[in-house]
Amino acid sequence: MVDMSTALASMVLPNPVMTASGCAANGHELHRFFPVSELGAFVTKTVMAAPRSGRGTPRMAETASGMLNSIGLQGPGIDAFAEEDLAWLGSVGARALVSIAGTTAEEFADVAERLASSPAYGAVVGVEVNISCPNVANRGLVFACDPVSSERVVRLVRDRLPEGTPIFAKLTPDVTDIASVAAAALRAGADGLTMINTLLGMVIDTDLLRPQLAGVTGGLSGPAIRPVAVRALWQVTAAMREGRLPTAPLIGVGGVRTGRDALELVAAGASAVQVGTATFHDPSRPRRVVDELEAEVARHGFGRFADVVGIAHDRTARP
Amino acid sequence: MSGVVQVAGELIATRRAGAYHHLTIVSPGVAELARPGQFVALAVGGATSANLLRRCFSIHRAKPSGTYGGTVDVVVAAHGAGTTWLAGLRPHDPVDVVGPLGRPFPLPADAVPCVLVGGGYGSAPLFWLAEALQGRGCQVEMVLGAASDDRLFGVVEARRTADGVVVTTDDGSAGRRGWVSDVLGDVIDRTGAGVVYGCGPMAMLRSVTEIAGAHGAVAQVAVEESMACGVGVCMTCVLPVTGNDGVTRMVRSCVEGPVFRGDRVRWDAFADGVCRVPADTLGAPSAGGH
Repeated sequence: MVDMSTALASMVLPNPVMTASGCAANGHELHRFFPVSELGAFVTKTVMAAPRSGRGTPRMAETASGMLNSIGLQGPGIDAFAEEDLAWLGSVGARALVSIAGTTAEEFADVAERLASSPAYGAVVGVEVNISCPNVANRGLVFACDPVSSERVVRLVRDRLPEGTPIFAKLTPDVTDIASVAAAALRAGADGLTMINTLLGMVIDTDLLRPQLAGVTGGLSGPAIRPVAVRALWQVTAAMREGRLPTAPLIGVGGVRTGRDALELVAAGASAVQVGTATFHDPSRPRRVVDELEAEVARHGFGRFADVVGIAHDRTARP
Repeated sequence: MSGVVQVAGELIATRRAGAYHHLTIVSPGVAELARPGQFVALAVGGATSANLLRRCFSIHRAKPSGTYGGTVDVVVAAHGAGTTWLAGLRPHDPVDVVGPLGRPFPLPADAVPCVLVGGGYGSAPLFWLAEALQGRGCQVEMVLGAASDDRLFGVVEARRTADGVVVTTDDGSAGRRGWVSDVLGDVIDRTGAGVVYGCGPMAMLRSVTEIAGAHGAVAQVAVEESMACGVGVCMTCVLPVTGNDGVTRMVRSCVEGPVFRGDRVRWDAFADGVCRVPADTLGAPSAGGH
């Protein structure tokens, strides 16, 4: 029997497996396959202030061991989300990690404030600040590409949320130095980091000889990007261990399909793991990874999940 | 959202049907719940597949009980990696099945005459639908069209099932040369149809909707949008549809559809192989886009 509980700042979860934002809608759909309360947390689809249609189609292109998406943050807006989706998640006992975004730093803050004042706020175990969605018309608005913008957004969100609510800033790997963006987010009051968002990519339709996505570029996800996630987690964890960054919990996301994949992210430094694109392949995947990861931890002879977090840093062969 | 199951299915029969492959898959629990117009989402490529996205197929037949347990039949056109893998399956190979998914074709309360229009293998769910309609006393005629004879699906079955069948091909290799839209108006007028059901390419569904409207019938169309998951979580299979409140929204064809009233679909948004977001859609992008 392995103790699979994990502590992410003030958020203590019975197990470290979550959905990934934008890969699980807001729970109703997957609840037909397994009780979403059995996950450590349910990460909701990024919500903004107002209802948003998202982009035209095609929005999706399959790639080798992955896919591109160009959804454009379609969603109902924070008020409808809180009233319907969040209330429902609470009613089934799910622990919601709510992903929020805005086109301006002020919109992020507004969404956070309206979320915090919602009657269903009791279902919220944390807030994930999506400063790294690549599917926005203005690439300059990918806040996480710039430490100054990241810091400003996180600080405003921190101001509007109750002190006890942990904030996780979701980072993009599409930067020169991810540790500097991580530093800015933590300086601004983020309790932890979620890594990684999708990578900006593009597919050409070779029959039509034009971009396959209506939005031209999209976010690359799936097992193809797992090594990038492992690298990002490794670099930020190393910076924390070397004292270059304050120590903070990391949520790993990127290409996790199995418990073995999840273990890779954990060993690199993740205290929790999100299952994203693999859910499209198998709607039961997030739930199955809970059991598979437990079996992996047990296979290595550990009694506590927490003992495996970041272990690869201790076991690296020295030259 | 109605009942759905995920099962480790098993292929028990596969045969060629013109340009297509007709698969029968043992999938206990799916057939019992299924209604005409619903679909299944199949995983392709096995456990370590590099093709992660589900392939969605309209259910051609659902048999709740049989020698092997409940089965569903689907019709596959092998044109990509996933469909080619499915077409290459042999009896007793495993197939992971999620279904039934989506909303079925609504059946009329009264015994009105109906016309069922299928483009290519889009005709797959119509035979089962025809039997359900006939069970309610509806007269059923079918119009099947395709580019060529080998791309028609189910002409023999149609002649056995329907009260009348018209076939068209673009090249004249079977039936009348031309498109289903060339003959549909006359069939509606002759039968006095109240409902036209359509399944096939989007351009065909648009003309089916327009012709049905012009001849006093309601169109119910099953749309073909590419889906990554089929279960409502990926948000890729959306299209603009106007609701009862008059507001257009980008809705998921996998859960709100795939069957929509044709006159509610914003066909004006479709052109040049893409679907744009109409400016009056709820939450539509302002200048600069999303």
